[in-house]
Amino acid sequence: MKIWLALLALLAPATAMAADNVSLTSKVFVERVKPGADGKPVTVREEPGVVTPGDRLAFVLTYRNGGAQPATGFTLTNPIPPSVAFAGTDDASASVSVDGGKTWGALASLKVVAADGTSRPAVAADVTHVRWSFGQPIAAGSGGELSFRGVVE
Amino acid sequence: MRYQAMGAKSSAFRKNAALAAVTAVTACVFASPAHSAGTPAGTDITNVATATYELPNGDEASIDSNIVTLKVDELLDVSVAWSDPSDVTVPAGGSGQRLKFTVTNGGNGAESFTLGTVANGGGDDFDPSVTSIVLDSNGNGAYDAGVDTVYASGSNDPQLDPDQSITVFVLSSIPAAAGDGQRGRIDLTAVARTGSGAPGTSFAGQGQGGGDAVVGATGADAEDDGYYRVAKASVAFVKSATVADAFGGAAATPGSTVTYTLAATVSGTGSLANLRVSDPVPAGTTYKAGSLTLEGTPLTDAADADSGSFTGTAITVGLGTVAAGATRTITFQVKID
Repeated sequence: MKIWLALLALLAPATAMAADNVSLTSKVFVERVKPGADGKPVTVREEPGVVTPGDRLAFVLTYRNGGAQPATGFTLTNPIPPSVAFAGTDDASASVSVDGGKTWGALASLKVVAADGTSRPAVAADVTHVRWSFGQPIAAGSGGELSFRGVVE
Repeated sequence: MRYQAMGAKSSAFRKNAALAAVTAVTACVFASPAHSAGTPAGTDITNVATATYELPNGDEASIDSNIVTLKVDELLDVSVAWSDPSDVTVPAGGSGQRLKFTVTNGGNGAESFTLGTVANGGGDDFDPSVTSIVLDSNGNGAYDAGVDTVYASGSNDPQLDPDQSITVFVLSSIPAAAGDGQRGRIDLTAVARTGSGAPGTSFAGQGQGGGDAVVGATGADAEDDGYYRVAKASVAFVKSATVADAFGGAAATPGSTVTYTLAATVSGTGSLANLRVSDPVPAGTTYKAGSLTLEGTPLTDAADADSGSFTGTAITVGLGTVAAGATRTITFQVKID
């Protein structure tokens, strides 16, 4: 079993593909601010080298419908990994959940309810899941990329 | 760190099964531990996304992405803080005088620290002589001679968990020549044993939990300075004499009475204990019996309950403990032979 898994790790690309040829790839990068060519700081995404608490991560999801038929109702859900605090996404179509995926919405519309019943507005670090729901079918042969950021706690 | 892209499972199944999978992952999210030093070194951060969609035949399908795993590396950070509330008052020439420091592991992994002291860092009036560094091994924050452990570099370097602190005592001797009010400075240094240097310096594979170790903002090398302040009291004597002759004048002739006034003034800080003043009766004069006073109060000549006496050749008065700033005045009279 272990050997089989190791072989799979070697042979399989970092892409998961369903029988219908829809694929979904997850990658993670570290975002670092470095001096740019003109001396001004620029944010660059690097393959993770050393990662320590406080580092900013970019999670990049690549999806592709490699099949012959459109995929409708396409919804991409990413639970925020433990030890990572959600830090936003540039994709405005994303909705988030702060209660483990029970309710969804824009962050500003969500509240966090404490054990004593009091509630407060949700902040980015409360986010447990991020989700993208596509109104349009993903046509055969098309795909795209989505990303969100997190900070190592 | 180690970056893994593992092969992922794919599946097509009914929607409620997909929801169950999402819920299972959620449970882990709330178990995330809270450390001010951050995620413990060696923790794996694992990310997997799920897509659900519908095929033209009406079947709902689901696919999990590959699993990406990041190992959190060890951040090397340390802080040192002098924890005495103010300068520690010490006597000049004193030994075993203690300063108290707190060393805290600011990193996210268990780490050992090498301790050291600097006694000649300047910014003070004298250099204390460090005799030992003592670890508060029973963790009560107080120095317990014979219980707390004497530090020996390389053999019992304190190992601290993330956010954990240890109290460290520095014991020093104070130069006898140090004057009242003078300050002596000791720096306690703590350096991560895994490594230190410019922030960002990394040590491949040496982090706790199998990742790398990387120097944090403190350089993994910290120090703080603590101060001794010498409290020293000293005494100065002023002796004066007035002469009264038999004729109401001030001529020093045989038969004249000389009144001596001895003023002992203690200055500096603290007090002087067992201060005793003796003054021989000058040659050519005779002590006038019963003339001894302290602060205007007569003292008997006998060595008895009061603090003064006449020994036959000198007067002597025990002043006991005299605080700095106080003056004790003694008078006695002699007759010129």
